[in-house]
Amino acid sequence: MATKINRIGLEMQPYRGGKTTLCAGCGHNAISERIVDAFFEMGVDSSQVVKLSGIGCSSKSPAYFLGGAHGFNAVHGRMPSVGTGAMLANRKLIAIGVSGDGDTGAIGIGQFVHLMRRNVPIIYIIEDNGCYGLTKGQFSPTADLGSTLKTGIVNDLPPIDTCALAIQLGASFVARSFSGDKKQLLSILKASLSHRGTCMIDVISPCVTFNDHEGSTKSYAYAKEHDEVLGEVSFVPFFEDISVDYDPGTTKEVELHDGSKLYLKKVAEDYDPTNKFEASRLIHEAARRGEFATGILYIEPDKDDFVTLLNLVDEPLATLPLERTRPGREALDEIMESLR
Amino acid sequence: MPPGDAAVHEAAPQPATRRIVNDFSIQVATVNGSGSQTANLVLLRSIFQMGVPVSGKNMFPSNIAGLPTWFTIRANKDGFIGRKKEVDFLVAMNPETAREDVLSLEPGAAVLYDAPLKLKDLRQDLVFYSVPYDKIVAEVCKDAKLRRLVKNMIYDGVLSKLLGVDMGQMEAALRKQLGPKVKAIELNLGALKAGFEFAEHHLEKQDPYVVEPMTKTAGMILVEGNAAGALGCMMAGVTVVAWYPITPSSSLPETLIGYMKKYRVDKATGKATFAIVQAEDEIASIGMVIGAGWAGARAMTSTAGPGISLMSEFAGLAYYAEVPGVVFDIQRVGPSTGLPTRTAQGDMLTTAMVSHGDTKHIMLIPASVQECYTMAMDAFDLAERFQTLVFVMSDLDLGMNSWMSDPFPYPDTPLDRGKLLDKATLERLGEWGRYMDVDGDGIPYRTIPGDGLPAYFTRGSGHNEKGQYSERPDDYVKNLDRLVRKFETARQYVPRPEVLDEPGADIAIIGYGTSHWAIDESLGQLREEAGMRAAYLRLRAYPFTDDLGTFIDRYQRVYVVEQNRDAQMLGLMRLELSSDRIAKLRSVLHYNGLPIDARSVTDDLLVQEGRKTKESLHAGVIAAGVQAGGE
Repeated sequence: MATKINRIGLEMQPYRGGKTTLCAGCGHNAISERIVDAFFEMGVDSSQVVKLSGIGCSSKSPAYFLGGAHGFNAVHGRMPSVGTGAMLANRKLIAIGVSGDGDTGAIGIGQFVHLMRRNVPIIYIIEDNGCYGLTKGQFSPTADLGSTLKTGIVNDLPPIDTCALAIQLGASFVARSFSGDKKQLLSILKASLSHRGTCMIDVISPCVTFNDHEGSTKSYAYAKEHDEVLGEVSFVPFFEDISVDYDPGTTKEVELHDGSKLYLKKVAEDYDPTNKFEASRLIHEAARRGEFATGILYIEPDKDDFVTLLNLVDEPLATLPLERTRPGREALDEIMESLR
Repeated sequence: MPPGDAAVHEAAPQPATRRIVNDFSIQVATVNGSGSQTANLVLLRSIFQMGVPVSGKNMFPSNIAGLPTWFTIRANKDGFIGRKKEVDFLVAMNPETAREDVLSLEPGAAVLYDAPLKLKDLRQDLVFYSVPYDKIVAEVCKDAKLRRLVKNMIYDGVLSKLLGVDMGQMEAALRKQLGPKVKAIELNLGALKAGFEFAEHHLEKQDPYVVEPMTKTAGMILVEGNAAGALGCMMAGVTVVAWYPITPSSSLPETLIGYMKKYRVDKATGKATFAIVQAEDEIASIGMVIGAGWAGARAMTSTAGPGISLMSEFAGLAYYAEVPGVVFDIQRVGPSTGLPTRTAQGDMLTTAMVSHGDTKHIMLIPASVQECYTMAMDAFDLAERFQTLVFVMSDLDLGMNSWMSDPFPYPDTPLDRGKLLDKATLERLGEWGRYMDVDGDGIPYRTIPGDGLPAYFTRGSGHNEKGQYSERPDDYVKNLDRLVRKFETARQYVPRPEVLDEPGADIAIIGYGTSHWAIDESLGQLREEAGMRAAYLRLRAYPFTDDLGTFIDRYQRVYVVEQNRDAQMLGLMRLELSSDRIAKLRSVLHYNGLPIDARSVTDDLLVQEGRKTKESLHAGVIAAGVQAGGE
C-alpha cells in the first residue's frame, strides 16, 4: 500500500507527537489521534502551529500530537491568555489549545469567559471527563447533578455547560462531540481549521480510571447511550473540488473563512446553527432530557476575530523591523516640545 | 466687613523685611473633585516657566470626589525638588482639614484662606491672608454652575501677586493646560485676573516668599514618570501591551495608547503596529505578555503591588520557561483599600523573588523621569537578552507626579533581540537544545513559533537541556545551576549604580528610586548642619553589581535609605554580601505613605550617629495628608 501523502506533500508521521503517558483507553488519546488526522488531512504546516494547554491530564496531551509545532504548557487555567498573547504577536499562527473541564470550568473560568468574548482565533478544546484525573478523581464543575464518584460521593451542584456559556459569551464556532465518535470529531476539527475566530469544542472524553463507573454521567457507557447526534456534519475543504448536492430543506450550507464548506444536516426543521437563541435552546432542552447534543451547535462564520478588531498590520508584530516600531527623531522632538 | 480692611488687620503684625527668594513650598489643601488640579498645575508650570526649579506632588485620596486632597509645590533655586517636610505657604480651601492644616504649620508660615473659614484666630505666629472667594467668583462667572470650577483659579491670581509669579507666564501656562477650550480659558483667565486684582488692592505682603526669574529650567520639560515610561516603551519598539487598571499605574498604558495611536499607526495602511489589550485581570495581563514574548514580540504590562502578587505564578513560569517580558511596577502602599493612592518602595523584596520555588528576577530602579524613559528601553533589551521578565520598579511619587527634566535623548543604539537562533547559528552549533548553555554564559538560544526552525515544548521547571520533559534530579540541578549562571551574567549587563565617593568620610548612604531626591538634599544638610560628609551610592538595578560591595568596603557605617518598613533592599543585600559588609549596614526607613523628604533622612541619620537625640527633633510637624481621609 502506498504511503498516504497530504496536499503539502507530507506523510502522517510528522503530525504525530510523543508517546502518550495517559492511561490506556483514556478518551484524550483518541482526541489526540483525531487532531493528528485533521491537521494531516487539512495539510497544515506544523511549523506555523502553536499548541497550548493549561494543567491537568488534558493539558499533557499537546505533547502527543504535532511534534513539529511549538508547544506551551502554561499554568493552571490560564492558557487562554498565553494563547491570546501569542496570536497578537504573530497573527499568522494557527493556535490549538487543549484544556480540561477543571482547567476551564473552575480555575480557568475567568480566562475562558474573556477568550470567548474576544473571539481570539484559537481552536479551544475541552477534554471533558467531569473530574480531576491527575489529582485522583475529584468532581469538576462539568460533573452532572447527581453523578457519583467511585467512592459513592454524590455531586450536588449543577454543571456548567461550557457550550451554552461559549455561545452566550461570543464564541463564533461552538461544538460538542464525543471522543468515541471518530467521524464527527474529525469533521468538526477540520472545519475548525477553516474558521477564523474562537472555536470552542467540548469533547466528552471519559476518564477510564476515575469516572467510568455506573453512576457517572461521563462514562463511555453513559456517553454512548445519551449522545444525541444533531445530524451529520459534512465538511468539504476549499482545496477539494467536490460539489455536494443537498436539500436546503434538510441541510444547511455554511461557507467558512477560507472558502471551505460545511453541510449540516438538520435534526429538526426549525433548528438553525447560525441562530444563537436556537442553539442555546437546543443545548438546554437536550440537557433537560438527560442527553447531550453533539455536532456543530453554533457557527457565525463572518464575525470579526480579535486580531481583525485590533486592526493589526498584516505582518506578524513579533518580527516587524525597527524602522516600523521605533518612531523617528522628529516624533520625539514633537513630544518633547509639547512637554516644555 | 470689607475684605480689604480685614486683610490688613488679620495679617501678623511684623512687616516683611526678610526676603526668601525661590526657596519655599506651597501646599494647597482642597476637596477631591473640586477642580483644583488645573489651578495647581498652572501655578507649577508658571514657576517652571520662570526658570525656577520646581516640583509638584499630588497627595490625593482613593476617591472621585469629596475627600481631602493636598497638592504641594516646591520651588528651590538649588534644584532640590524632593518633598519638603515643612509647608511654608498654605492655601486652605478645605473646611474639613483647614484647622489641622493650620495647626501643623511651622511658625512664620503663611496661610491664604477662604474668608468664611475664619482661620486667623487659630495662631498668632503665622501670616494670614483672607480671600472672599465666593464674592469674587460671583463677579467674574455669571453661570453659577461653573463657579465651583473656576474658584480655584482665584488663588492662583492672589499667589501671582503675593509671590511675584509673572501674570504673563500664568496666562501662558493656563492656555497650555486647557488647550483648545476657548470658553474655559476665558472664564479661568477672568478668575485669575480677579484674584490678582483683589490681592493688589486688598492684601499687604507680610510673608517673605518671592519668586524671581532664573534660567535654571531653560530647555527643560515637565513630565510624569508614567508618561516618560510609556514613551520609553514606544521607543523600545513594544508591540504587545496587556494591562489592567490599577492606581497608580493606569496612566502609563493610557498615555502609551495616546502615543501609539499617533506615532505607531502605519501611514500607508492605517493599521496598527501594536496591540494593546485591557485584560480581565493582572493574571491575564502577564499571561498575554508571556504568550507574546514567547512568540517573539516585545511585550509589556504595567501594574502595582496587588498586580505583582497576582502575577506571581506566571512570573515563576516565565523564569523557568525563559520567556522575555517587561513589567512596570508603580509601587504604592499595601493591599485592598486604605492607602492605594500613596507612595512606597514596598515591593522590592517580593518582586525580586516573586513566585514559588527558586526564582530571582532582574529589577531596574528609576529615580527620575529620564530613567523611566531610558530604563524602559534597557528593560526590553535585558528581557530579550536574558529571556526572562524584567521589572521596572517605579513608584507613585515618580509615576504620577510632575517632574522637570532635561529633554529625553533619541535612542542611538539598535535593539538587542538576544540569542535568537538562525540557520547560520544552527549550522555552526550542529546541535541545538532549547536550554543548552553553548556559550558558557548561561543564556541558551531560542526559536520562536513560525520561524521554521526547530520547535520545542515549553513548560515549567521539569525539563532537560533539550526541552524534553524530565523529572531526573541531575537534569533539574543542571538547569537550576545554569539559571544561576545566567543571573550572574546579568550583573555585567544591568545599569551600574551611581557612586559619589567622599574620600576620608566614615559614613555612606545607599539609596534607590525616588529616595534619591531626599538623599541628594540630605547630603548638603548633613554637611551644613553637622559638618558631616557622607558618600552616596544610588542603586539602579538588581542583581547588584560588584560596585556595591567595594563601596561598602570604603566606609565604616553605611545607611540604606528606603521607603518601606522592613528594610527590603537591605534584606536583599544580606542574602549575598559577606558578613563583614553586612555588619556595616544600617537602615533609614520612611513609610507613612508620603514621599520621603530630606529632613527625615538627615534627622534619622544624625540620631543614629549620636549627633542628635530623638527628643531634640522638631515636634509638631505633621505633614498634611497624614490624617485619615474619613470614609
